[in-house]
Amino acid sequence: MSPTLSVLAQAASEAGQSYSDFVRQYLTVAIFIALGLGLSAALLGIGKLLRPTRPQPEKYLTYESGVDPVGTGWSQSQVRYYIFALLFVLFDVEAVFIFPWATRLEEYGAFGLVEMFVFILVLALGLVYAWRKKVLRWL
Amino acid sequence: MMFATLPLLAQIGGPDPTAVPLGDPTVGSGELVTPSVTWLALLPLLVLVVSALLLLTVTSLARGRIGRGVITLWTVVTGVLALGAAVPLWARVQGWDEALWWWDPATTPSGPFSTVGGAVGIDGFSVLITMLIAVAVVIVALVADEHLRADGIGGPEPHVLLLLSAAGGVVMAMSNDLIVLFLGLETLSIAVYVLAAINLRRVQSQEAGLKYFVLGAFSSAFFLYGIALVYGATGTTSLIGIEDFLAGSLLLGSSSVLLVLGIALLLVGFGFKIAAVPFHSWSPDVYDGAPTPVVAFMASVVKVAAFAGMVRVLVVALGGFSADWRPVVDALAVLSLVGGALAAIVQTNVKRLLAYSSISHAGFILLGVEAAGTQGTRAVLVYLVAYAFMVIGSFAVVGLVERNGGGITLDGYKGLGRSNPALAGTLTLFLLAQAGVPFTAGFYAKFYAVIAAVDAGSAWLGVVAMLSATIAAFLYLRVVVAMWFASPEGEPLRPIPVSVATGAALVACAVATLGIGLFPDGLTNLVDQADPVIVRVADPSTAQPTAALPLDAGSLEGG
Repeated sequence: MSPTLSVLAQAASEAGQSYSDFVRQYLTVAIFIALGLGLSAALLGIGKLLRPTRPQPEKYLTYESGVDPVGTGWSQSQVRYYIFALLFVLFDVEAVFIFPWATRLEEYGAFGLVEMFVFILVLALGLVYAWRKKVLRWL
Repeated sequence: MMFATLPLLAQIGGPDPTAVPLGDPTVGSGELVTPSVTWLALLPLLVLVVSALLLLTVTSLARGRIGRGVITLWTVVTGVLALGAAVPLWARVQGWDEALWWWDPATTPSGPFSTVGGAVGIDGFSVLITMLIAVAVVIVALVADEHLRADGIGGPEPHVLLLLSAAGGVVMAMSNDLIVLFLGLETLSIAVYVLAAINLRRVQSQEAGLKYFVLGAFSSAFFLYGIALVYGATGTTSLIGIEDFLAGSLLLGSSSVLLVLGIALLLVGFGFKIAAVPFHSWSPDVYDGAPTPVVAFMASVVKVAAFAGMVRVLVVALGGFSADWRPVVDALAVLSLVGGALAAIVQTNVKRLLAYSSISHAGFILLGVEAAGTQGTRAVLVYLVAYAFMVIGSFAVVGLVERNGGGITLDGYKGLGRSNPALAGTLTLFLLAQAGVPFTAGFYAKFYAVIAAVDAGSAWLGVVAMLSATIAAFLYLRVVVAMWFASPEGEPLRPIPVSVATGAALVACAVATLGIGLFPDGLTNLVDQADPVIVRVADPSTAQPTAALPLDAGSLEGG
């Protein structure tokens, strides 16, 4: 938190002495939200005030790498990626568990090591299942 | 999707810094204390999970196709093994030391105990629920066998999901910590979402799965938010810690508001899983669309596990706070009792009818929760055991009629008594039991629930319950009358062939329904020894190294 922010939070929390500690802790969050909204509104507003406005029809077309867009925005696309995306998410979740574990591995010792291997084994079984179900094959 | 939850499940046995017992001086000093794990206590759970994973791996690696019979047999054996693994736990909880000569009493004292740093509690309640879930898995697997063959659903997936879901239910029953409870709830639910949609050829099944998933995920979010608020109010997610907090604080100011809000959100989550009015709207649609054996599983195991969690959280941990949650549970109970019974009357679809009747049953079980005491939890247990058998049996017959040209409307049941007297007789037994006719399991279940409510000072609730039981009796009799006294509108049904597996399941359910009705003492004696308790964690510094259990965490601890 920047010094300005903490000063603000300090001032605000002193102003709200009548609230309980718990509610006051959320004051920081409220100030963050207000600042975030205010900052984006201010920047967009300044841009709106300063920039020249010369509307042309081309400017309102969907931007497609500089080429004129063809067809509508709603079109059919390949869905075969979704199964890979699912598998990806699965192993991404694995990483969420492994990173915190790795930071404390020395304390956990052998038990932690065994534990993580059990975890990875269970996930590996899932991969084996996916592989045997021909999910990994590009149709 | 389902694999994403499994590692979480595996984590339960693992070192979890938050599970370190309260007041442990080593917390925060950089050194971690891995909580000791009594692996025997987790054995029923491990049996279910490992067997499910093995089944999935073996069937996917096998060259040839593995028959449905083998998969069903595997599931049944797993259920029986899980049941067997729970028996020594029951003996340990009851303190039958001489029967447990191989289990050193020095390591785990007789009576209820907790393990994994207090996150898992083994008491009569959790062991009995575990046994019930194991039995229900066996019966549902038997019922599902024929149904899956008829629907042409090959592969091991339905049974794997069944086992994983049951494992989640066992975790819920054993949980002594809100986070563990949530893990169990998700493992249970996600598998059932997929099960509801397992029939890819029927669009209704897909629709049921999607509805259940969207609403269920939503309710899980409520539940999680409730956990967060309870944590905010009490500073812990452990049920032990919550009870301590309630005992030691006067709950002044904002923290009490937070706790009440948290309990309210937890109730939303539980209310959804048990399908209590007003969180019931998913259940008729899902019961209607999902494959019938899956519905039998949903109505039995999912409800049993959800009620087990509810009793643990509300009655046991938050029992000191019952003045605040009892009115809410009262309201849920009344709405479910009356709403379920009234809505069921106008149904012509038997599956929807049974869905509403199961909502009404949830109202009855809520009477036991409402009583907020020992007698109440015993009533809950009696009802859950009786109800599981009645409802699985009912849906097994409904599934048979559905597959053999009868459809699922009430018209299809006309004349069933003449064309299939045995089947119609069995269904009549289950329906009469659900209505609460004496000498069936349902009578005692309802009896104990009403007695518990009356003794807890809610006599008016007992009156509402009995009135609603009268209304509900009418709807069960509608089906019975259609079967025996109405003549079929078109061609009468041919005699329905019943496979050995389904027959065995039906006989088991019928014997249990009649047996509990004729000899209720057996069940009540069991239930009287199965009170849920909160067990304090043994201080790790004074606990003996558990040499008798070779796999104990203490011996694996390296750093």
